[in-house]
Amino acid sequence: MIIDINFIGLIIASIMASAVPLILASCGELITERSGVLNLGVEGMMIIGAISGFALMTVTGSLIIAIFGAMLAGVLISTIFAFLTQTLITNHVATGLALTIFGIGISAMIGKNFVGIPGKEFPVFFEGLKDTIPLLGPILFGHSIVFYFAFALPFITSYFLKKTKIGLIVRAVGDSPESASNQGINVRLVRYACILYGGAMSGLAGAYLSMIYTPQWIENMTGGRGWIALALVVFSTWNPIKILIGAMIFGGLTIIQFHMQAIGVRIPVQFLTALPYIVTIIVLVVISRDSRKIRLSTPSSLGKSFHKDN
Amino acid sequence: MHKFLIRSFVSSLVLIFTLTVAAVAKDVKAAFVYIGPTGDHGWTYQHDVGRKAVEAAGFKTTYVEGVPESADAERVLRQLANSGHDVIFTTSFGYMNPTNKVAKEFPNVKFEHATGYKREHPNVSTYAARFYEGRTILGTIAGTMTKSNVIGYVASFPIPEVIRGINSFTLAAQKVNPNIKTKIVWAFTWYDPGKEAEAAKALIDQGADVIAQHTDSTAIVQMAEKAGVYAFGQASDMDKFAPKAVLTSVENNWGPYYVDRVKAVANGTWNQKDTWHGIGDGMVVISDLDSQMPADLRSKVKKLQADLASGKVHSFTGPIYDQKGNLMVAEGKTADDGMLAGMMTYVKGVEGDIPK
Repeated sequence: MIIDINFIGLIIASIMASAVPLILASCGELITERSGVLNLGVEGMMIIGAISGFALMTVTGSLIIAIFGAMLAGVLISTIFAFLTQTLITNHVATGLALTIFGIGISAMIGKNFVGIPGKEFPVFFEGLKDTIPLLGPILFGHSIVFYFAFALPFITSYFLKKTKIGLIVRAVGDSPESASNQGINVRLVRYACILYGGAMSGLAGAYLSMIYTPQWIENMTGGRGWIALALVVFSTWNPIKILIGAMIFGGLTIIQFHMQAIGVRIPVQFLTALPYIVTIIVLVVISRDSRKIRLSTPSSLGKSFHKDN
Repeated sequence: MHKFLIRSFVSSLVLIFTLTVAAVAKDVKAAFVYIGPTGDHGWTYQHDVGRKAVEAAGFKTTYVEGVPESADAERVLRQLANSGHDVIFTTSFGYMNPTNKVAKEFPNVKFEHATGYKREHPNVSTYAARFYEGRTILGTIAGTMTKSNVIGYVASFPIPEVIRGINSFTLAAQKVNPNIKTKIVWAFTWYDPGKEAEAAKALIDQGADVIAQHTDSTAIVQMAEKAGVYAFGQASDMDKFAPKAVLTSVENNWGPYYVDRVKAVANGTWNQKDTWHGIGDGMVVISDLDSQMPADLRSKVKKLQADLASGKVHSFTGPIYDQKGNLMVAEGKTADDGMLAGMMTYVKGVEGDIPK
């Protein structure tokens, strides 16, 4: 076992690939939460995206239709959530949980006919350049379009929230829907849009799993990644760049523990398996110590229904 | 929790539906209780393939999926027994006590418990498959096909079934290639495609050029295909998921046993049995051998398969030593079923410790 620089590049590339669905879903949920809406249905929207993408790919044979179809499916299911929480003013937490349960159930039902079918090969870019640069080669090259998009997304999201007028409106709605409404902003419309966008990103995250990462459909294949994505939003204190770091830590610990096992490091496997969760808790504790920072970065109206706007 | 709720809900719906259907029919009816969803393409999926074979043989069948190994299992079993099912197959180890408990209450219903060892009442039989025989074949192929002499093995949980598989695989691989090293990674899951793929990738990055698995999803063979290394299918023929990587698969073939037992109930010839079938009885099936394997290896494997089937060759033939060099099975002897059933030590040549 020789640890050379290319080996480290390979490990980092694996970590990045495993972080993609977390980044996508977290960045989507971040926008939703920044508008003051807490959608706990990420896992459900992701699994709907996974089955929709896989089913459309199998039926139509078109990867483009499948990817956009998965995003559309995420939008459609999040429309239910938006209608319930924004138009009928239901409780965000209860509705979000219901969305997850609904998503898992319906995906299993649709998925019955798609079990045991192999996926299609998804095109990757610059495969040939992988070996040209040591360390950076496997990190930069040979990935799918969704991979590159995911790593650009936190920066786009950050720019959107900080530098654009619409981003400012989203933040205003999340921090003080009353004031925003008084300024003539249609709070409900903004929140609808943010929920639907979150749905699209979760759908894309699911499609990445079922079409690119492990091209197949099996029930519950998201395996709780939606919940991790939700945790990452809090972990990042609603900062998209920190989502990138959090997703890399979380994905990375799982992969590094597998490598440690294979090398033969004599640490109890159960401890290694629990490591990502332990680290998440530690980071959350560290973050929570600074209550002022938490207060400042949390969207003030998060999870609260807004009645005034008609 | 959410998973549990939805499972329970779906299970009860299925139950209500099946009970209604069951009330109308008159012939022998068989019920199947599954631990996972039939959509897992692994353990439960293969049992359901077996159930369909029973259906094809002209019997009525019903199933309940996603039944937790708890008091819920008892409730489901009682309901199935109450609603006129003549034989009930419980297809997970954890149903052992519920099966025996409910069997006592319904002496006229036959119970068949998979992978267990308790037969407390005359109407309880147990059955399991000697999957380790299939792993002897895989080890032989892996030891011959590897160029790096590093073989990766993605394992699920440290239970005798899995340890037995690792040992059987390693013994066979060492026999054809004394220089091989088996690297084991415990994924601590039966199926989570993402995790399984990551485990396989870690092994490949560390030089493994053949990957074996004791988890259920097809993610590992797909990862092997992408990386250009060899792999083996688990539970079903996974060749179509990775045509270049998959050299062969070990299939769980429950159908013939299920048909046999349901027929026995219909004929009134059912009796209590403890069945542990392997390649010889067709419960463990080796899929087609890939043409990338050299012809002499393929004929060697075919012969080994025939010898395992006839009993001429046993996967655990002495001398076998454990990791510390203590003799486990003496020269010329074979491990008995009791030793196999409780196997919780690695044989010599396996690296690392069993997680405790």
